[in-house]
Amino acid sequence: MARIEFKQVRHAYPPPPGQEPVYALKEVDQVWEDGGAYALLGPSGCGKTTLLNIISGLLTPSEGSILFDGEEVTRLPTVQRQIAQVFQFPVVYDTMTVYDNLAFPLRNRGIAEDRVRARVEEIATMLDLTERLRQRAAGLTADGKQKISLGRGLVREDVNAILFDEPLTVIDPHLKWQLRSKLKELHQQIGVTMIYVTHDQVEALTFADRVVVMYDGAVVQVGTPVELFNQPNHTFVGYFIGSPGMNVLPCELDQGRPVFHGLPVDTRHPASGDLGGKLEIGVRPEFVHFADRGIPVRIEKVEDLGRYQVVTALHESDTIKMVVGEDEQVPAENPQIAFDPEYTLIYHDDWVVGGQAS
Amino acid sequence: MAIELRGVSLRVGAQTHIHETTLALEPGQFNILLGTTLSGKTTLMRLMAGLEKPSAGEIWTGDENVTGMPVQKRSVAMVYQAFINYPSFSVYDNIASPLRVAGLPKPEIDRQVRRFAELLQLTPMLNRLPSELSGGQQQRTALARALVKGAELVLLDEPLANLDYKLREELRDELPKLFADTGATVVYATSEPLEALMLGGHTATLKEGRVVQFGPTSKIYRHPDTLESAEVFSDPPVNTASIAKRGNRAFLGEAISWELPDGVRDLPDGEYRIALRPHHLQPAGNGVEVEGEIQIAEISGSESIVRVNVAGNNWVSEAHGIHSYEYGQRAQFHFDPARCFYFDTAEKLIAT
Repeated sequence: MARIEFKQVRHAYPPPPGQEPVYALKEVDQVWEDGGAYALLGPSGCGKTTLLNIISGLLTPSEGSILFDGEEVTRLPTVQRQIAQVFQFPVVYDTMTVYDNLAFPLRNRGIAEDRVRARVEEIATMLDLTERLRQRAAGLTADGKQKISLGRGLVREDVNAILFDEPLTVIDPHLKWQLRSKLKELHQQIGVTMIYVTHDQVEALTFADRVVVMYDGAVVQVGTPVELFNQPNHTFVGYFIGSPGMNVLPCELDQGRPVFHGLPVDTRHPASGDLGGKLEIGVRPEFVHFADRGIPVRIEKVEDLGRYQVVTALHESDTIKMVVGEDEQVPAENPQIAFDPEYTLIYHDDWVVGGQAS
Repeated sequence: MAIELRGVSLRVGAQTHIHETTLALEPGQFNILLGTTLSGKTTLMRLMAGLEKPSAGEIWTGDENVTGMPVQKRSVAMVYQAFINYPSFSVYDNIASPLRVAGLPKPEIDRQVRRFAELLQLTPMLNRLPSELSGGQQQRTALARALVKGAELVLLDEPLANLDYKLREELRDELPKLFADTGATVVYATSEPLEALMLGGHTATLKEGRVVQFGPTSKIYRHPDTLESAEVFSDPPVNTASIAKRGNRAFLGEAISWELPDGVRDLPDGEYRIALRPHHLQPAGNGVEVEGEIQIAEISGSESIVRVNVAGNNWVSEAHGIHSYEYGQRAQFHFDPARCFYFDTAEKLIAT
């Protein structure tokens, strides 16, 4: 087990001749604490797989260094890093039994057969595979095979970290939660550093204690699920986490207080002064409500989503989404809305300014 | 044009893939087929398209019986879950292909291709190959090809399933607008209840090759005829349990009991089934209190989905905000008994 540290790591893939390199990974300084459960969350192309490959040693970064427990491993190949990996698609030997598949990483390292048996049986119990141990892997369904892949990742006791790259892609939607819950339980039992790459916010926020959100080659925020929801550092985090995403509305500042189309907006997190550049208000649909006096809007659409309604409102040409309770009435005449000042944030060139929402 | 299935069924060998189905789908709105994998959504669509011939029954479009008419002769467009485009054609040629097959004059083809490319935000990509596009752009190309045909029947088979969820969110918003003025009958298959609610229109709940219930989407959601329909239209799964009715009270196990609401109170004593939507089981609040052991708390950003074992039943609570629990911890939840659906032992709805 190890604490993994990134120091000023950057990576560019070789550019076509005559062109400037484009950094797939901009500068990353990041510590992965020993025994932590992390998720790397971002859309495709954000650099999360590049980052994962740098941890595992499949890729040597163009710049910067990687330390495991303070020791430099930047140029060390994968085999010497003691990292276990679970990929998107099952990696199993079809002709072997489930038992032999699980035993493979241990036998490969010359571990004594009685120790192998104890460990395989332990992992099989955790993953509910005990009854299948004598079966050939070939006969299993896709999710059965992926469970074996997970088991192979978890079976070694000497690893520094376990990396998961979109491990639930092939799992039927109705079975996903069971494996998610299994993984979380396993992390609590074995306490190895786990890093889980996904573009799915539910998987990331459920699995991880801390989520690393990536966008366009950079880490834009590292935080607990609550922090990412209540105080997105960057408009991208507000957009990407939560459904519908955060409303981002143009504003001006008057002595640090936001003004939206000439209307003052109340916030607990004013800016310290007036700023140039792009200024926006960020407020989640959950924190917008109907009010007696506020911003006048036109209602464009009301979607009944069963447990709540999503109202699309317009002020001038700006769209504001709001989440309204299932029994709540949408005012028919002169609707006006207000934002919860605690969760109304100001963004300057996409980065949050002012204080922190609690 | 409306499409109607009249007593349609499909048997393959000894197996029944589609049980006798009568269904009338109207143009001008989304008609959603909602069910899990293997519930028969795709097969129903193939029957509607004429890709599959029914073993019994008739299929009508408008006032024409089209049973047995091959797909080439029908005015049908289909979009699949996998992004299907001609890999060696540019986006332009992909969209143009149905018009070329129909033998339209060149200037007309050009006009149509550009119109739909604009609508689907593909104009900057017209000269690219599908392999040079993102997943969302590839699926938009397939959608543009379906739209440009001007087909009377458009079948969309889980078209957003392979896209990442933010893109899905955007396309779900756009799709009903795209088809609004075409006059086509749109049939949309999905396995996600939330998607059905977002798209609105009418919904048919499907299970094991049978239409369980059909009607306006929010009505089906709020008034499921049967427990089965409630189960199909719920993700996370609807909470179910057997209760014993004794006088005015319901008993769930021995420890949990509540006063029955009107409409159920007057029923004879005995065994009943209840269903409670996950968002009506809340960590805090009034009403009946239940205690259970936490299996997992899942967090989707704005919501927490907590799996908890209540009196031997695996239940789910879905609550706004972020609620964290430890695995195995015991915790209390609350529900309003008036929010329950009550079913008889045949699982037919008695009261909500």
